[in-house]
Amino acid sequence: MRFERRVTGNGERGAGRLLALGALLASVALPAWGQAAAPAHIDSGDTAWMLTATALVLLMTIPGLALFYGGMVRAKNLLSVLMQCFAITAMVTVLWIVYGYSLAFSTEGMQAGSIGWHSIIGGLDRAMLAGLKPDSRYQTVPEAVFVMFQMTFAIITPALIVGAYAERMKFSAMLWFSGLWLTFVYLPVAHMVWSGPGSLLGDLGVLDFAGGTVVHINAGIAGLVACLVIGKRRGFPHVPMPPHNLGYTVVGASLLWLGWFGFNAGSAVAANGSAGMAMLVTQIATAAAALGWLVAEWVVHGRPSVLGIVSGAVAGLVAVTPAAGTAGPGGSLVLGFAAGVVCFFSATRLKHKFGYDDSLDVFGVHAVAGILGGLLTGPLASPALGGFGTVTSLWGQLWIQAKGVGFTIAWSAVLSFVLLKLIDKTLGLRVDDEQEMVGLDIALHEEKAYNLS
Amino acid sequence: MKWLTAIIKPFTLDDVRQALSEAGVAGMTVTEVKGFGRQHGHTELYRGAEYVVDFLPKLKIEVAVADEQLEQAIEAISGAARTGKIGDGKIFVSELEQAIRIRTMEVDTDAL
Repeated sequence: MRFERRVTGNGERGAGRLLALGALLASVALPAWGQAAAPAHIDSGDTAWMLTATALVLLMTIPGLALFYGGMVRAKNLLSVLMQCFAITAMVTVLWIVYGYSLAFSTEGMQAGSIGWHSIIGGLDRAMLAGLKPDSRYQTVPEAVFVMFQMTFAIITPALIVGAYAERMKFSAMLWFSGLWLTFVYLPVAHMVWSGPGSLLGDLGVLDFAGGTVVHINAGIAGLVACLVIGKRRGFPHVPMPPHNLGYTVVGASLLWLGWFGFNAGSAVAANGSAGMAMLVTQIATAAAALGWLVAEWVVHGRPSVLGIVSGAVAGLVAVTPAAGTAGPGGSLVLGFAAGVVCFFSATRLKHKFGYDDSLDVFGVHAVAGILGGLLTGPLASPALGGFGTVTSLWGQLWIQAKGVGFTIAWSAVLSFVLLKLIDKTLGLRVDDEQEMVGLDIALHEEKAYNLS
Repeated sequence: MKWLTAIIKPFTLDDVRQALSEAGVAGMTVTEVKGFGRQHGHTELYRGAEYVVDFLPKLKIEVAVADEQLEQAIEAISGAARTGKIGDGKIFVSELEQAIRIRTMEVDTDAL
């Protein structure tokens, strides 16, 4: 997200300042990125928006994602899914301040154009948020706000994976996996894409406005690996496992849609034209994807479904995430519609064809839409296709995007596999058969979601 | 006396209850049940996973009537529960040996 901010957001803001004040404010030179310079003071408008955006992104995980997933599991596992999302929120918050922010965003030892250890992972100089004061600044917002904003991204990413192993993972294994995965998968990828000059994928020129690779491909691939390593739920696919409360799922998807404005428009890290455009294209792509899935399902299955339209919306939100800072309205319309149709097939066909039990379609929706969006972000950033990026070569940028996507897939797949195997060998990933049959709510938490009678 | 057991579509309950009252039947018992007849079940489809639901929700109503009320009661139930579509349900009639009202120990038709 810093990449976009510097290329477009700061450029506009810088020009505005010049006109308004008639003087060049003190600015920080950013040699690797050339065109832009950030005003060296805290802007109250930017800060107000980023405070809001941060709260919106937190809303995506609790309760948005929790309800979206919770509605899709069986009644006996509802609490376990809500618990997983809630516990991840708390745990990642702690890890983030202890070392997460530092490993992701410390720029210690980084130099534009040179590849080294710190191109992959940040240093520990900001551990426990060392050096953070009320007047610490990140671009035009207080650094405390930036720490919080980024924390909410770190929270939702491991929480997304919950959908793949839902209804069968031990709570303890889930905590270990989420913590280790954050440390060894999320933090390095976030650092490589977003930490600025000297970062591996950032220097490569990979466009990822709000986290298509860092969040969605990363989590989607981890989800696929997780459901393969942990194995199918007992009885899958012969025993019916219909969603127990699609009403929750619709509410959850709606909260995701709402919260995503913080995710995408907040990734401008400013209240400016870039943020406004991000909000607009997010809405367009999401609506187009909801309709794309709806149409595909209506044609193929002869009936439009509620789960379908909300799944399509989420696919659109995912697909537009990397493109939100650079795609134009037309591009996002096409991108969204394509994501809806493609994800309809990946979620309804692929899984049944290959027989893996990605319970709530983390791979089929997040990885697939993430990859589609990650790739198409390249060409759609080009002014020739109505975009607002500085991309001149469609194929050239597509190739750069493909390198970023491919790298993330490989990184997430390999390390997720190693972590899961490690936990499986030591702690065991899975609950026993009886616990799975009784349901995780009673078996692991000794509580029930519904005490009816 | 006769014992009527009827399986009906749940949404017809209010009409059936009213028709039975008009036919002079003073009480009934209703149970939520599941089952299938010629209607069989239906299918549900979630992200491409198809589930066949074999058992459909129905209501079972049970009524005790005097012999001379039988025809009226059958007409009341069948008239109110009929939609003309498959799955309207069935009425089973059997002999009822004795009825006793617990509070007063009245027997048979006095107890109905």
